[in-house]
Amino acid sequence: MLHIKVTDRESISNKRSVMTLIVSLIAGMTAMGLIFLMSGANPFYAIFKIFSGSFGSRYGMMETITKAIPLILIGAGLAIAYRAKFWNIGAEGQLLAGAIAGTWVGLNWGPHLPSYLIVPLMFIFGFAGGAFWGAIPAVLKIRYSVNEVISTLMLNYICAEILMFLIVGPWKGKTKFGYPYTDDLPASAILSTITGTRIHYVTLLLGIITVIILGIVIYKTRFGYEVRVIGENTHAARYAGINFFKATVIIMVISGGVAGMAGIGEVAGLHHYLLYPGSVSSGYGFTAIIVAWLAKLNPFFVILSGLFFAGILVGGDAIQISLGLPAATVQVFNGTLLVFLIMGDYFLKNKITLKWAKG
Amino acid sequence: MEEIIISVAQRTLVAGTPLLLGTIGEILCERSGILNLGVEGVMSVGAVTAFIVTLATGNPWLGMMVAIMAGMLISIIHAFASITLQSNQVVSGLALTMIGLGVSGLLGKSYVGIPLPVKMNDWNVPLLSDIPYIGRIFFMQSPFFYMAIVLAVATWFVLTHTSLGIKIRSTGENPKATETQGINVSLVKYGCVIVGGGFSGMAGANLSISYSSSWIEGMTAGRGWIVIALTIFALWNPTRAVLGAFLFGGIFVLQYLLQPLGISPNLLGLLPYLATLLVLTAIGMRDSQKLAAPAWLGEPYKRGER
Repeated sequence: MLHIKVTDRESISNKRSVMTLIVSLIAGMTAMGLIFLMSGANPFYAIFKIFSGSFGSRYGMMETITKAIPLILIGAGLAIAYRAKFWNIGAEGQLLAGAIAGTWVGLNWGPHLPSYLIVPLMFIFGFAGGAFWGAIPAVLKIRYSVNEVISTLMLNYICAEILMFLIVGPWKGKTKFGYPYTDDLPASAILSTITGTRIHYVTLLLGIITVIILGIVIYKTRFGYEVRVIGENTHAARYAGINFFKATVIIMVISGGVAGMAGIGEVAGLHHYLLYPGSVSSGYGFTAIIVAWLAKLNPFFVILSGLFFAGILVGGDAIQISLGLPAATVQVFNGTLLVFLIMGDYFLKNKITLKWAKG
Repeated sequence: MEEIIISVAQRTLVAGTPLLLGTIGEILCERSGILNLGVEGVMSVGAVTAFIVTLATGNPWLGMMVAIMAGMLISIIHAFASITLQSNQVVSGLALTMIGLGVSGLLGKSYVGIPLPVKMNDWNVPLLSDIPYIGRIFFMQSPFFYMAIVLAVATWFVLTHTSLGIKIRSTGENPKATETQGINVSLVKYGCVIVGGGFSGMAGANLSISYSSSWIEGMTAGRGWIVIALTIFALWNPTRAVLGAFLFGGIFVLQYLLQPLGISPNLLGLLPYLATLLVLTAIGMRDSQKLAAPAWLGEPYKRGER
């Protein structure tokens, strides 16, 4: 009979972590290959196409970086929230809240202010909008023990409906021929891009700065230590005299705030006006969850995993066109990869020995 | 006026039925100690499979059966990850939702916008449906409504009055002690997650072959998440779930009722989600210390761990 013995691994080397990660990704892609096969596509061609579409050409590469901007910003913010085991699933809503607040500033003050004033103002308001939307579930959790998974999700739907209300109602543009969009932001409020690409470098730069700051906060400050203690051991955190309320609100102000910056970045850098919630957020708030997880909740690694998943998004667009697969394929891909990443964690933490024995 | 009241009451029950089905499934699952955040995805898979099978065979009952099986099948992903691999249940549930939403989009791509020629017909209960007012509200409903009520009562009975129910509850409360009684904790959990998935699949079928008779991507519209909130609202009790589900059904109907008053449909559209938040906050205000959630809810359990 085959005996399976599971024991805790005492120490985990970096090499083993990286190997596990690679094996998980390969296994996930194999599983995805099977799904491609079942949808009638050649799995090798489909997976090749995803990566050649995103990393195989200059255009693809530039698009990948463009889509990585919001993923890196949001992913870094989620990493800090998840470290404290605050399950913020509401980055979509926080992104939209930031987009709404930032666009309001851009539309109303933009015409009277030069770029070097209006752009920082828009990002500050974008941060504030997202931070406000993110702080609500933090307060609800600590004060009224409202499950944050539910509250952050509900706030996603609520913010999307508010945005819809604004663009079909009071904010509807006079120059948009009846479409539910706001008017274009004034020229001073539009972010410039690297020539020949859609990369709005101001937001990209903000993303990298965010990663560095959050990395330092997590690994080098007392607050970062508190975040880790809260996440790992609630009892210990209480003994250590950590102020739960304050810490949780700060964590969510950061997490929501950076998602808000991503939101106004998308509007001011790509769309130039406020439009349907689904088009503004493009599901980045959800994809960023896996980005943070793949990065092992390390803000620095978020840059790499953000680029990786941005690549999958761009490649996903490519296979939609060339293989006629629906947009949902990317979602299946992401979900499947996430499952295999979780499985990888299990094999990383536990040592499994198989043994043949009689009886 | 009379007509309006009857129609509102009747539609409230219609709108609450899928919520009730999903909530019973989640209660079962959470009672065994597993938090399943995959309901939204599983519901969506149920909706699309029920639609496809009903369209192909012309038999909505067959559609419903396949949806239940599909729901059970896809929930194994979460069961395996959270029980066998003891991984984080929040993350694995989210993965299930992503996969479920994605797979249903993939399967349903060529069915978007096709109207269903047959749907699950309403069933008038003989005699009872002749009772004035009450008959029209309660006894001229879709079979899903009657099944949901029966299943809610049955689940309540199993959980509170049978030895199986004791096994399930004690698994969620104290898996260690349960195991020493010689009960296979993992098996109980697997059973609850999978059967719970069947309920979600059925809720999805309710949406696509009875509530409306079409398939569109995203038609679950957050109901899977409301279900998880309702589970808390119901305090993990299936009979309280009946109350909660129809309360929320009422809020869905309220949207359409208030529309003629000139309120923006988008502001009305956020009512169910806002109500969910408010209800959870109200519960937390009343008793913020203890909601009497299963003690091991969401905690991975390792066999033989001390």
